Amino acid sequence: MSTVPTDNYLTHSRGFLSWALTLDHKRIGVMYLISTLLAFFVAGVLALAVRTELFSPGLTWVTADTYNRLFTLHGAIMVFLFIIPAIPGALGNFILPIMLGAKDVAFPRLNLASYYLWLIGGALAVFSILQGGLDTGWTFYTPYSTESARKGVVMVVTGVFILGFSSIFTGLNFVVTIHKLRPPGMTWFRLPLFLWGIYSTALVQVLATPVLGITLLLLIVESTMRIGIFNPDMGGDPVLFQHFFWFYSHPAVYIMILPGLAIISELISCHSRKPIFGYKFVAFSSVAIAAFGFLVWGHHMFVSGQSTLMSMIFSALTFSVSIPTAVKMFNWTATLYRGSISFCTPMLYALTFLFTFGIGGLTGIFLGALSTDVHLHDTYFVVAHFHYVMMGGAVIAMLGGMHHWWPKMTGRMYNEPLAKLACLLVFIGFNTTFFVQFVMGSLGMPRRYYDYVPEFTIYHQISTIGSYILAVAFVLMAGYLIASLFRGPIAPANPWGGSTLEWHCASPPPHDNFAITPTVGEPYDYSGMAYNPQTGGWEHGHPGKAGPATHGTT
Amino acid sequence: MGDAHAPAKAGDHGHDHGHGHGHDPNLAHHFETMGQQVEAGKLGMWLFLATEVLLFAGLFCAYAVYRANNPHIFLHGEQYLSKFWGGVNTIILLLSSFTVALAVRAASLGQQKNTVVFLALTIVGALGFLGVKAVEYRDKFSHGTLWGTRYHPHDDAPAEHAAPRAAAALLPERDAAVDYAVRTPWDQAATAQERSLIAVPPNVPAVKVTDARVAPEVAAEAGAASAQRLKDAHIFFGIYFVMTGLHGLHVIIGMIAIIWVMVRAAKGHFSASYYLPVDLVGLYWHLVDLVWIYLFPLLYLIG
Repeated sequence: MSTVPTDNYLTHSRGFLSWALTLDHKRIGVMYLISTLLAFFVAGVLALAVRTELFSPGLTWVTADTYNRLFTLHGAIMVFLFIIPAIPGALGNFILPIMLGAKDVAFPRLNLASYYLWLIGGALAVFSILQGGLDTGWTFYTPYSTESARKGVVMVVTGVFILGFSSIFTGLNFVVTIHKLRPPGMTWFRLPLFLWGIYSTALVQVLATPVLGITLLLLIVESTMRIGIFNPDMGGDPVLFQHFFWFYSHPAVYIMILPGLAIISELISCHSRKPIFGYKFVAFSSVAIAAFGFLVWGHHMFVSGQSTLMSMIFSALTFSVSIPTAVKMFNWTATLYRGSISFCTPMLYALTFLFTFGIGGLTGIFLGALSTDVHLHDTYFVVAHFHYVMMGGAVIAMLGGMHHWWPKMTGRMYNEPLAKLACLLVFIGFNTTFFVQFVMGSLGMPRRYYDYVPEFTIYHQISTIGSYILAVAFVLMAGYLIASLFRGPIAPANPWGGSTLEWHCASPPPHDNFAITPTVGEPYDYSGMAYNPQTGGWEHGHPGKAGPATHGTT
Repeated sequence: MGDAHAPAKAGDHGHDHGHGHGHDPNLAHHFETMGQQVEAGKLGMWLFLATEVLLFAGLFCAYAVYRANNPHIFLHGEQYLSKFWGGVNTIILLLSSFTVALAVRAASLGQQKNTVVFLALTIVGALGFLGVKAVEYRDKFSHGTLWGTRYHPHDDAPAEHAAPRAAAALLPERDAAVDYAVRTPWDQAATAQERSLIAVPPNVPAVKVTDARVAPEVAAEAGAASAQRLKDAHIFFGIYFVMTGLHGLHVIIGMIAIIWVMVRAAKGHFSASYYLPVDLVGLYWHLVDLVWIYLFPLLYLIG
């Protein structure tokens, strides 16, 4: 059995300050992982509270005002404190420099600063809950937010403004790292696809977030100084706020999903032991999604009073995003074809992703098409679509990535059968929760409503039961992951037979990642690797001992 | 595992030592060469400047939307701004950009004293800019030409302000019912007359101009409608204060950054081989300057 290397990034130095002031990208990644998962837990509990309230029409257990605050905080925390920072902040920070063969990100201090900005932003959001919360929805639409919800909105929006800086700094760091810290031999087309995805995400973070910054700044100024810029009573234009908001927040959904797509590329290739099909197309499709993402924000405003011509143009542009996304879906499927697929937990999440994200993408067509959107707008169909792409896409991908890199990050293996069970429960719970929402949405159930006509009761009850199944799955997951830290078997350096550079260093990685700058080859070359049953990992240079699955390479 | 690979560079171990060409204490452990570190720093700064441009771009966008929707409000409001002080501030900022460029040059030549002097001059420029801005803001406060709900223009405004307000109050309506009254009979003339009204110099009584070209009853009608339209005149000042306020905040942040590199320069931290922070702060200051170069004509010179 291999043992935990005595000097790894976890044992390199000790004490609270060695973590709180660390400049090591791996420790910052771990701090991000713990913090964003805590945010996920809080927002998840809020979601359960919302679903419980909706179990029956009328009052179930909270008042309408409380209900409005619950769904607002669920959305705001999930979006700004969890999905946007989670994959880049946690997995990106940990994996990106190692995958690149670098010692750290380009600006380690900025990296730590971005974590603390996240913490401050998160603290403000939590503080606002204690102050009575906010009931505008996560979109802060004016004039309601600046007229009726002034007190809460200033606090939360200040928090989100600070989180925006955190996001910009992370993105900026990653762009510079990928440009300037690639070791010799790591050309652009030898970058693992995870890095292409994170790179595209980082570009969007850098180029879209400042616009959110100025929008929120104007919202704060409007709320505190009453400049009237978004207030129609004072000659202001509330639709301008929506343009501003969605100019960021539509690209922001690609900040949320692109890292997920990036993870899936790694999982599919690694666990079917085949180089990704059409590497360049998958790589460029990430950049294309990032670029097209800037041109489609108006599809959130089809019924907000923008001109018909603009709606038509935005509708047409919206369909352009489906092209690079479909390229990815088809190439992943082609990668699976005749691959040596191992149905381990990360791969199960990747396959779940193909199913749920596929549904999420296809239902997006109904919402992108102008005529059907007018019917479906502001119904549960939108809620279901959004959750199929965000939870069925980004969160499922993040869970897959977490299980994929967990042995690398912690040096421990988790309980595989329990992990598979949790994955199955997530799959069942997720689809039970959200699939019926497509149905009730198309039947006319408006989103965000506290009360509903009795005809919708059965759909809401199925959905609520699904959310409880999800809760069970996540409790189980938390259980076996935490248990693995203490009782899990020692992880080998390369438990999955991965070919990218992070599998070339020990688990957990040493403080400096690589004692010597590693030699870089093709990212998805699975030849010359064999399974060693003694360590439970894959190793180079054992050509005699063929592992359970070594074919499938080109 | 990793040991299957041949070392990329024999003898090039660890992170602190052994770069083969002398160890520079300013080289961070994760960079291979000073050149790589400088390039990374510069790329990072340019990206940051891009985010700053986008931050202001949101405001420029708001400006464009409101000016397109309410051109008369902007033409009205602009006349309350002092072209003189705005011009002075433009010159001050351009000079400070020049001095910061000289500071970067001095730093790159290893001239420690000159670096400190030029940085100090830049700070003097920044303080001068803020001083002028304070004079302008005080003027707005004393005349009540403020943002939103605090927009209460006083009647005791100085003479140079009284005339343009009279002129603007007589602006013909453009899209309301009155528009027809003014524009339909003499379509082109109305436009020309509108231009002439806007262009009226502050010291020429507005009534004289309008008397010559507009029938009195039309002027009266238009005046009543314009007063209604100018009720949102605060929008101009709201945008003025947000734009110049955010820019002023950047001036202050820039000053803090300049003071930081100035102290480091005085302590002798920089040399001809390491002056990246001076370079980066210089870039930031040029951006602060550049934003003003757009703000000045858009706010002060549109009449």
